[in-house]
Amino acid sequence: MSKPDLAVSDNSRRNRGADRKPGRWAWRGLAALVAIAVVAGAAFAAIAWRPELAPVVTPARAAFAPQDIETGAALAAIGNCDVCHTVPGGKFYAGGRALPTPFGTIYATNITPDPATGIGRWSEEAFRRALRSGVARDGHHLYPVFPYDHFIDVNDGDSHALYAFLMTRTPVEQSALPNDLPFPFNWRPVLALWKALYLHHGGFKTEAAQSADWNRGGYLVEGLAHCGACHTPRNAQGAERRDRKFAGGSSEGWDAPALNQTSPAPVPWTREQLFAYLRRGVDDVHGAPAGPMAPVVHNLARVPDADVRAIATYVASIADAPSPAAAANAPTRPAAPTTVTSTTELSGAAAIFAGACGGCHSGLPGASAVDIARSTAINAPDPRNAIRVVLDGITPPPGERGPLMPPFAGAFTDQQIADVLSYARARAGRHPAWNDLGSQVKAIRQGQSKT
Amino acid sequence: MTTLAPSRRQVVAGGGALIVSISLGATRALAQGPQAAPPTPPLPGSLKGAPMLDSWIRIDADGAVTVFTGKAELGQGIKTALLQVASEELGVAMPRIKLVTADTATTPDEGYTSGSQSMPNSATAIRNAAAQVREILLARAAERLSVNVERLKIRDGIMIADDGSSVGFGELVGNEVLHVAAQPTSRFKEPSTYTVVGKPIARVDIPAKVTGGVAYVHDLRLPGMVHARVVRPPSYGARLAEVDPGSVETMPGVLKVVRDGSFLAVIAGREYQAVQAMWALAQTARWIDAKQELPDQAAIYDYLKKLPSRDTTILDRGMIASSSSVHSATYHRPYQMHGAIGPACAVALYADDSLTVWSHGQGMFPLRRALAELVGLPPDKVRCIHMEGSGCYGHNGADDAGGDAALLARALPGRPVRVQWMREQEHTLEPYGPAMTTGVTAALDRGGNIISWQYDVWSNTHSTRPGPAGSLLAGLAVASPFPAPPPAVIPQPEGGGDRNAIPIYAIPNAQVVHHFIPDMPLRVSAMRALGAYMNVFSIESFMDELAKAAGVDPVEYRLNHLDDARARAVVRMAAEKFDWRARSASPRGRGRGFAFARYKNFAALCAAAVEVEVEHETGAVRLVRAVAAVDSGQAVNPDGIKNQIEGGVIQAASWTLFEQVTFDRRQITSRDWSLYPILRFQAVPERVEVHVIDRPGQPFLGTGEAAAGPTAAAIANAVADATGARIRELPLTRQRVKAAIGV
Amino acid sequence: MTQININGRTREVDADPATPLLYVLRNDLELNGAKFGCGLGQCGACTVLVDGEAVFSCLLPLAALDGRAVTTVEGLGTPEEPGPLQRAFVEEQAAQCGYCIAGMIMRAQALLARTRTFSEQDLREHMQPNLCRCGTHMRILRAVRRAAAAMRAAEAVPLRKEAAR
Ligand code: FES
Ligand code: FES
Repeated sequence: MSKPDLAVSDNSRRNRGADRKPGRWAWRGLAALVAIAVVAGAAFAAIAWRPELAPVVTPARAAFAPQDIETGAALAAIGNCDVCHTVPGGKFYAGGRALPTPFGTIYATNITPDPATGIGRWSEEAFRRALRSGVARDGHHLYPVFPYDHFIDVNDGDSHALYAFLMTRTPVEQSALPNDLPFPFNWRPVLALWKALYLHHGGFKTEAAQSADWNRGGYLVEGLAHCGACHTPRNAQGAERRDRKFAGGSSEGWDAPALNQTSPAPVPWTREQLFAYLRRGVDDVHGAPAGPMAPVVHNLARVPDADVRAIATYVASIADAPSPAAAANAPTRPAAPTTVTSTTELSGAAAIFAGACGGCHSGLPGASAVDIARSTAINAPDPRNAIRVVLDGITPPPGERGPLMPPFAGAFTDQQIADVLSYARARAGRHPAWNDLGSQVKAIRQGQSKT
Repeated sequence: MTTLAPSRRQVVAGGGALIVSISLGATRALAQGPQAAPPTPPLPGSLKGAPMLDSWIRIDADGAVTVFTGKAELGQGIKTALLQVASEELGVAMPRIKLVTADTATTPDEGYTSGSQSMPNSATAIRNAAAQVREILLARAAERLSVNVERLKIRDGIMIADDGSSVGFGELVGNEVLHVAAQPTSRFKEPSTYTVVGKPIARVDIPAKVTGGVAYVHDLRLPGMVHARVVRPPSYGARLAEVDPGSVETMPGVLKVVRDGSFLAVIAGREYQAVQAMWALAQTARWIDAKQELPDQAAIYDYLKKLPSRDTTILDRGMIASSSSVHSATYHRPYQMHGAIGPACAVALYADDSLTVWSHGQGMFPLRRALAELVGLPPDKVRCIHMEGSGCYGHNGADDAGGDAALLARALPGRPVRVQWMREQEHTLEPYGPAMTTGVTAALDRGGNIISWQYDVWSNTHSTRPGPAGSLLAGLAVASPFPAPPPAVIPQPEGGGDRNAIPIYAIPNAQVVHHFIPDMPLRVSAMRALGAYMNVFSIESFMDELAKAAGVDPVEYRLNHLDDARARAVVRMAAEKFDWRARSASPRGRGRGFAFARYKNFAALCAAAVEVEVEHETGAVRLVRAVAAVDSGQAVNPDGIKNQIEGGVIQAASWTLFEQVTFDRRQITSRDWSLYPILRFQAVPERVEVHVIDRPGQPFLGTGEAAAGPTAAAIANAVADATGARIRELPLTRQRVKAAIGV
Repeated sequence: MTQININGRTREVDADPATPLLYVLRNDLELNGAKFGCGLGQCGACTVLVDGEAVFSCLLPLAALDGRAVTTVEGLGTPEEPGPLQRAFVEEQAAQCGYCIAGMIMRAQALLARTRTFSEQDLREHMQPNLCRCGTHMRILRAVRRAAAAMRAAEAVPLRKEAAR
């Protein structure tokens, strides 16, 4: 999906190599690698080659049915296209956002209909091919950070609607930045191998026995919404592990909690709670969307109720969600909240929790945020979401309603944050303490830019 | 404890040579209210209610000057402006004048500090009083120094004759010389000789505010003071069925749990103890909701319009005509809140069968009446002293907090009790600016000019101020509740919901009807500009729609319908400073808008021109820049006027782009800033310019509320210009704009 | 007893360790600068510096403060000898009701302590947590820029002297 062709990538590699001034052994190793690469490259070339599709004149708005553009808008919101393809605060869909991967940084491309720097000269066929199989109009392979392994099953109608939507955006002239990937990942034909291994149809199959809602939800969740891209763990090649579907993954340094039975949520999610969470960005039983999930939910605000409900239906079924009645009987917090009604003085982490967190997270009726004992983040196996939320807080988009938690990065030391999180986890009483919390807080804090 | 509540005598006596009898002006005005029929001959400004000169100005034997005003500093800079006026006419430097603001024991009764009336009423009174005091002193000085009055000059409180002999103000004030009735006319200084008025004098209150001085009632710290918090019902009118104070009474620091009917509160030694005890107490309370549920927010405007209304035709000129070009539109405005940054606060002391309350309310005399009724004391046993609060923008929770403090102080006599509201209490219980609907139909002639205008406005009352005790939350909650006063119409020419409903434009045939809806599903009252915000938004949006229909530039179109020279000057100034004519091809998504109004049709004139940028993908509106022109008559403090207009523009931008109170069928759901977002720094425009047109010698015109309506309409007009979509319902949230502009 | 360093002086406070700093400042230490606005970390009226960082004192319990340095607006200067930001706020007449202003000054102080040169966008982003209801924003921004300029100018003098040598 990235703009630069092979030549550009090779250039950037050469430049980096020149900077590094490697020693003799390294030179020899590199020469060997290059030799192997040349041979392998020739072999690949045959398999990996894809034709360029002919450029077109950018279609005018009148070429599309208004209804298709509208449908495309909702689908683009479900697909979260703007999040990757827009620099925060920048022009929509003009690309440029850095997408860090374990293999290096990839910069999102410009998908506005600008003829020179965007997709203005892409035919619908070229667009569909890119969407479903990750090949750009000129025939180069796109990196799977663009989740074509999910989009492969997007139907023709939806592909057309998305095309109609994108081709009617404001064109923005903005060239994509070159990716920052080391060899061999900067050699695109290698992606053909990846695709041969991991790009398959059939992530979702219609089930006649299920409701229309469920089937619609499945089509969206497994397809455009690409939930698994974050919520399914990946293997060493960066592909989703089919054997551990929805068992929890990660994104941008955040934990994407499991959506299957291994979900860390102390209270199982119901369909209604999922709907409320995805539709309005609040669910007082589990928590608020934060990190990379926050923009997903903001986008869903632009999607029709029915689709959000369908997504909730399907996601609820992944974990065999209980009926609302069963949920009501589910175990809730183990201990009655004691903090704010305490008649004795607290000290240490308990006092910090009471004075800093207790006002909102007490679990008492009328409290404005999730009961800490029920919080998914506090009960998760990995503490990083809890740490990140405490450090950075949660901020709704400017002028919008939404959960707002202040950042505590400046207020507390690493040890204090570790202590108060340990206290909160112990208070929830479900899981053993996290190990080595203090150094994890420190590591995450150092990784974050201070503003 | 009596030292904490000095009697009126202690305060007034103060060791001066001039013992003033404040009471006569004050009590009479109290009985009649501030808008009482003027005595004959008519006295200017608030002199009507308090005609004795020494009600306003006192001079001690040592020459110290004290000026009294019944108005209160609300952050609008009124103290500084009043001192400037007094200093100018008296000839005494500002630092040497002490200003005493609203205090039922010492100052004249000037009713409420509201409606941008402090300058026309109080400043006018002080200006006249000061001029007359100066003339009296000059005459006496001439006598004392045996010179002709013309040969005297005043230099900072000293009168100097051209032969060098001199006498100070303090030496001339014996024998109650200032205890005389004011004259209807005064000899003013020539405006061209002003050295203080018209100058951007630095505000007297700011140094303390930037260094942590005692500046607000929130900062008042009296010896032995204790802290209280009130537990409020979860929904309007819910009754307290049960509560278990026992467990709370044993919490650290708790002095007393106070329950009177559905009024529930706790007093503790420390403030945070009171907060914790309030949370604990709330857990033990069981409430029964009132039978009446709230209306469906999604259908609120239909709901309100269907309620019974009392209709008044406030303008009926010519005959409603028709033509081949008839246009109609309907506009809506949601409930919006004052949202002071600091929640309501009050301190009260009940001792020796008298009550003293320190409050940031807008009217100390009306509050005294309400509190006296609430605690069952005669009014002369209740003293209300104004101290500043967080910016008020109208009738918020300040008076209610005064009521809370009064009840709690009575429950713990002899100790000053400080009570402050929590954020959620302020957000859910303050009286909001009412939701409103307007409808307008106009007919144009062939030239596009308006020949006929029919305008209707539907609204609740815009004032439920105290008032009787039943206007306070505490008064309604106690075991034997006080009756809520019936909602009242604020008559024209001020107007409430119909404030500024009468178009200022020259239209031959026009009818304007005010549909006053007495039934109030949500608690409402006066919020900055009252109905003018909505009426100006409606009229000025519609003027743009008509200009478009007529194919005339919006500024030109307004000028074509404006006769008044001052109005035309303000419109021209804003357009010129904005560079309205230089219409360059604006980049996609950018647009500009214009609007104008004269507040209340007789106060300050204000025109606003704005540029906005609309993000097509989200519908988010960004205010890029705003240019305003204002005519406040004689500009006492031009920088103060700029500050007020700048603030008015930004606050109105926040109302217009972001704000609406939300509720479900049971309760208010916009409980804090996360659920009632307002403008933050990243939404602040790149530039806000204010141009003041000074009118030396003209009467002072109130300015505080002038920018609200024009800003709202200018933004909506700019959004229409940028996108082609006309949005007639406030606020212009990104969802609403996006829905209007489509994909 | 908790020991906190407030504006350069060590003070002993005897209060429940869960008590947020804001209440300790206002009631025990009788400092008026920090204000209660929301108690939820949403408005910034209570902003003070702790070890140089701008924090919401309404959500900072005493228990977390042992040995840490707190600066309030009182620590920046007095009406007679105002600090650079205080002076700039007076010069720009950057207040209407002023309730938010002490918090604004403290948040700006955290920025100026780090850098005297910042873009307008940086400044607005930095100030984003603090609310002003009166609409004094333009003046607040001007005042912060003015203070930064004044501080830059003051620092440039000794530098120039050095260069001359
Ligand atoms: S009072 Fe602390 S952020 Fe509002
Ligand atoms: S000046 Fe009043 S809130 Fe900022």
